[in-house]
Amino acid sequence: MTIEPVAAARASVSQASVILDRAPQRHGLLAYINCFNGIVWREVLRFLHQRERFLSALVRPLVWLFIFAAGFRQVLGISIIPPYETYVLYETYVTPGLLGMVLLFNAMQSSLSMVYDRETGAMRTLLVSPFPRWFLLSSKLLGGVAVALLQVYTFLAIAYFWDIQPDWPALQIGFGQGDGFVGISIPPPFNGYITVLPAIVLAGLMLGALALFMSSVIRQLENFAGVMNFVIFPMFFASSALYPLWKIRESSPLLYEICWWNPFTHAVELIRFAFYGQLNLLAFAVVAGCLVAFLGAAIYAYNPSKGLIGRRGGPGGGPKG
Amino acid sequence: MDAKVDHIDETVEALTVQGVSHRFGDYTALDNVSLIVPKGSFTVLLGLNGAGKSTLFALITRLYDNTSGSISILDRDVRRRPTEALQRLGVVFQARTLDQDLSLVQNLTYHAALHGLGSREGRKRANAALELVGLSDRAGEKVRNLSGGQARRVEIARCMLHRPSLLLLDEPTVGLDIGSRESVISIVRELVATHGLGVLWATHLIDEIEETDAIVVLDKGKVLYSGSVPGLRKHAGADNVSDAFRALTDATIKPEAA
Repeated sequence: MTIEPVAAARASVSQASVILDRAPQRHGLLAYINCFNGIVWREVLRFLHQRERFLSALVRPLVWLFIFAAGFRQVLGISIIPPYETYVLYETYVTPGLLGMVLLFNAMQSSLSMVYDRETGAMRTLLVSPFPRWFLLSSKLLGGVAVALLQVYTFLAIAYFWDIQPDWPALQIGFGQGDGFVGISIPPPFNGYITVLPAIVLAGLMLGALALFMSSVIRQLENFAGVMNFVIFPMFFASSALYPLWKIRESSPLLYEICWWNPFTHAVELIRFAFYGQLNLLAFAVVAGCLVAFLGAAIYAYNPSKGLIGRRGGPGGGPKG
Repeated sequence: MDAKVDHIDETVEALTVQGVSHRFGDYTALDNVSLIVPKGSFTVLLGLNGAGKSTLFALITRLYDNTSGSISILDRDVRRRPTEALQRLGVVFQARTLDQDLSLVQNLTYHAALHGLGSREGRKRANAALELVGLSDRAGEKVRNLSGGQARRVEIARCMLHRPSLLLLDEPTVGLDIGSRESVISIVRELVATHGLGVLWATHLIDEIEETDAIVVLDKGKVLYSGSVPGLRKHAGADNVSDAFRALTDATIKPEAA
């Protein structure tokens, strides 16, 4: 190897100037907020611009609700189980499961876009940002959840006209009881739409974190068909989304066990209870625990010094050149 | 103009790579690579596909860590001071990385946000940067409607938004027609001349090299030559860069012939 003085190439920098050469600022809180807003806004903009994705995200749960659930209504009788206080129609039972499905598909689709991004380089554009990686990845995750919220509430608005709405007594925020109550009273169905929000966010984050971790492990785009078959369908069908767990136990104790260990079951149950203004502690603990575990794994996987991305064939393109 | 100018110290190089090796399993992608990109220089990283250019870029951009040697941008080690190093770095990747469905300005303000800039400041800089690459009249259009060369110019505008001191461009002219290629190159050369940026331009196209450029020849993960263009010809005993490059790279295939 020969190193020669490169004085010839060292051009005069005396005119260095104008718009470009100011030293970068230190990152304050405002810079973090700007970065977060930018990432979330991009996710939402991209979603809104992809009409097909928006449409299919909306049509998918509606097909299940209007056709599958209507046909299944007579086949499956749902007995009274918490959080329901009376017999409910199958459409009502399946709605939290369909909300879960919206979240699951959205998370996996963002995983798809991340694998795709990784190949086209958009993920690299994100990762060369000077902000810490855990912050970038968490922001991206929340961007995905923002997109999911758009879908969830559009779906709920349509389901409302299909007569699927939370019908528990008004949510009261304030002091006192009965006539002496002072505060805000939120009547149904809006009470359920509000109480379901934190459950949707938590479940969406958990599934998004799972997808994020998967995106760092999956090597190639073609493999997403495999993600559908090996992740989305098993997670959705082996859960309490379409049928209550006690029904499953009747037919197969083993399947019941599998469903019980499926984090998606707990995401659905968290949403189901929250829709009726109740907190299912077990579901909350499982979903929160899985979120921490999956997010930790994803951040680890995207960490340049420890993670998996530097391995051969990783998103750096490996040793192609 | 600003009290806090980064470039006061003339001796600090825009980029210093020292003794960096990188392996994927038992494949050695980079073998003890050292090079510098001085401020205000257009440094060509010349190598064929598979020479290790993209791996080197992945290490400089901290996609993964360099486990041996050191990489610093304006004296800031990318491993120990990643935030400061990345703030001073602008990158144009080989792959197209713009959002096709978003407008030029939306793409640029997103990038500005990734560097902590608010949307107003981002828009202001986006418009200035688009002017720099001659696309201000297309600002509201979707990227999808642009030609390949125009999209590349947007990417150059984008990597300038946060006012970096070092630009990395990974084969930026691949797939462009001659006219677009020339305009992309001349924009970047203009930036070097007027703003004193250090540019590392990876390519395998010899006709992109000018006599005054600094040049680094990379082959199979090794730096075979680093210096001036006339120096390269002299070193290889060839009349032109093309022959010099061939002489150097052949020598590694058949050592006995050298």
